[in-house]
Amino acid sequence: MMTLKVNGLYHEIDADPDTPLLYILRDDIKLNAAKFGCGLGQCGSCTVIVDGNAVLSCVTPLLLLEGKQVTTLEGLGTPEAPAPIQRAFIEEQAVQCGYCIAGMMMRAQALLQRNSKPTDEQIRAELEPHLCRCGTHMRILRAVHRAIRLMDTADASASTQGSAP
Amino acid sequence: MGKSRIIGGGIAALVIAGAAAVFAIAWRPAIAAIEPPAPQSFDTALVKRGRYLAAIGNCNDCHTVRGGKSFAGGLPVPTPFGTIFSSNITPDAETGIGRWSEAAFRRAMRSGVDRDGQHLYPTFPYDHFTNVTDADDQALYAYLMTRQPVRAPARENELSFPLDQRFVIAGWKLLFLRHGTYQPDSAQSLEWNRGAYLVEGLAHCGSCHTPRNALGAERASAQFAGGDVDNWHAYAINAQSPAPVPWDADALFAYLRDGWHPDHGVARGPMAQVVSNLSSAPQDDIRAIATYMAGVFGAPTPDRKRQGEAVLAQVKSPAVMQASKINAAGAAIYAAACATCHETDRSPPYGGVNLALSTAIAGPDPRNVANIVLSGVRPVEGERSPIMPGFAASMNDGQISALLNYLRARFSNQPAWTGVEKTVEDARRTQTVFLQTSRGPRNARADATQRDKP
Repeated sequence: MMTLKVNGLYHEIDADPDTPLLYILRDDIKLNAAKFGCGLGQCGSCTVIVDGNAVLSCVTPLLLLEGKQVTTLEGLGTPEAPAPIQRAFIEEQAVQCGYCIAGMMMRAQALLQRNSKPTDEQIRAELEPHLCRCGTHMRILRAVHRAIRLMDTADASASTQGSAP
Repeated sequence: MGKSRIIGGGIAALVIAGAAAVFAIAWRPAIAAIEPPAPQSFDTALVKRGRYLAAIGNCNDCHTVRGGKSFAGGLPVPTPFGTIFSSNITPDAETGIGRWSEAAFRRAMRSGVDRDGQHLYPTFPYDHFTNVTDADDQALYAYLMTRQPVRAPARENELSFPLDQRFVIAGWKLLFLRHGTYQPDSAQSLEWNRGAYLVEGLAHCGSCHTPRNALGAERASAQFAGGDVDNWHAYAINAQSPAPVPWDADALFAYLRDGWHPDHGVARGPMAQVVSNLSSAPQDDIRAIATYMAGVFGAPTPDRKRQGEAVLAQVKSPAVMQASKINAAGAAIYAAACATCHETDRSPPYGGVNLALSTAIAGPDPRNVANIVLSGVRPVEGERSPIMPGFAASMNDGQISALLNYLRARFSNQPAWTGVEKTVEDARRTQTVFLQTSRGPRNARADATQRDKP
């Protein structure tokens, strides 16, 4: 049994310590935003935030997460009250099939929490590990730029960060 | 009175003679500037040969900043003496080599002196380039003079006195610059000689793989015994090679050509750029380099050969993983995060090399493994290439240290490393700086992005 803090809530997890975080999130906690793409840490669709850093959850075993805070896309905002990064992706219609988008948003979110004014080059470099088969890259880049503007007027941090469970 | 005048005169004469000697050693004339030659004035076949040679010389690697224009220089090269910035070798008239004649270019290659007569720092490996023939210099010149001119003024080197005085380099050259260090050996094959010419000259392999002395010169007595480049170790590529399976000419050829070999793994760090460049060089030249270097490695001793065969056999029929009682934390991390790719039979990119074959783990220090665990192996743009995710964000220094100690104990027959945690800390600091300043992947294609390397 291990306690895992996800989106501000504590979960008792009964799984082998070598279980990838992605399986815990999807199967045990039923948070389905993070996607299984390649399972090899090569596509980015499983990306979540751990202690402020973008992490590939499919290659991150539970045993590395002792005492750490996990944030998934569900932790950023809701359909009723989307976070700035989510609003930006909706407003730019930066989704085609959408499979890669949760991972894209999580890495962009981690970048913007660290650097609220990244250059276009920095955004491209940051999102480079993420694959999108639909070819929505230009819209994704526009969405991240829009998120920067939205965050200028809103709180850049995820809604659950710092709030009590 | 008369005596002291004589002594005084003697001292003055000595000072003048000394100054004259320094002047004679240090002074080089400027070579007259020329009108930048039109690109069409160069023979296309010559330019093409120059391109191959430039790939073998890895020129773009130091003379291009990450994400910058090709050959425009400005790359900071950290050395124990300070930071030296690479120069603009595009044919821009004002800031590049546009006004250099072929003779001026040849002098720079041969003696490390620029067109104005200034001594160049040996970060520019003229201790090797001095071996390049006139014909090859001509081709390289033709290639560089037909590149896109880029206006990019040189950046001021960050060196302290007296090293910021360029005449000091004349003294260094007197001590360490030897011309004709490559001599053809008629007892050897043509291929071997071609390889020797390239390795000792343009390819300047020893610049990274040979350790340097206190004055920054390669130690001739320890040629290819392993050196340092950035925060990486360049392995010994002679009889002291730590590779678990001994190298031979075929393996070297495949590795230099494709960037990986099933018995050795992938080229990464500074070597990734080298093999990326070599992949566009003529196959015969790569074969020649492999042939010569196989001789430098030498035939493995029977013991070494047996060990290599044992490792290969072990890899082909992996034993059931045994629970480690000594380093349970490292073993658990390996099993959960590494073995899922590194201990399957899947070929790259679906699986990684079995770590019993890893030179990094058998190497003298844990720097290279630390770098790889932290930042992974980025794929090369537009090519089939190895890939590995980095774990900098998901493992802390303690976890990586435990993992590295476990890997060393399980996969090599070498004694434990010392100072692993410190190495990991340093590697993380270096990589953080790297990630902040870099735009592209460390092992990007030749024309796209670059990396630091002396």
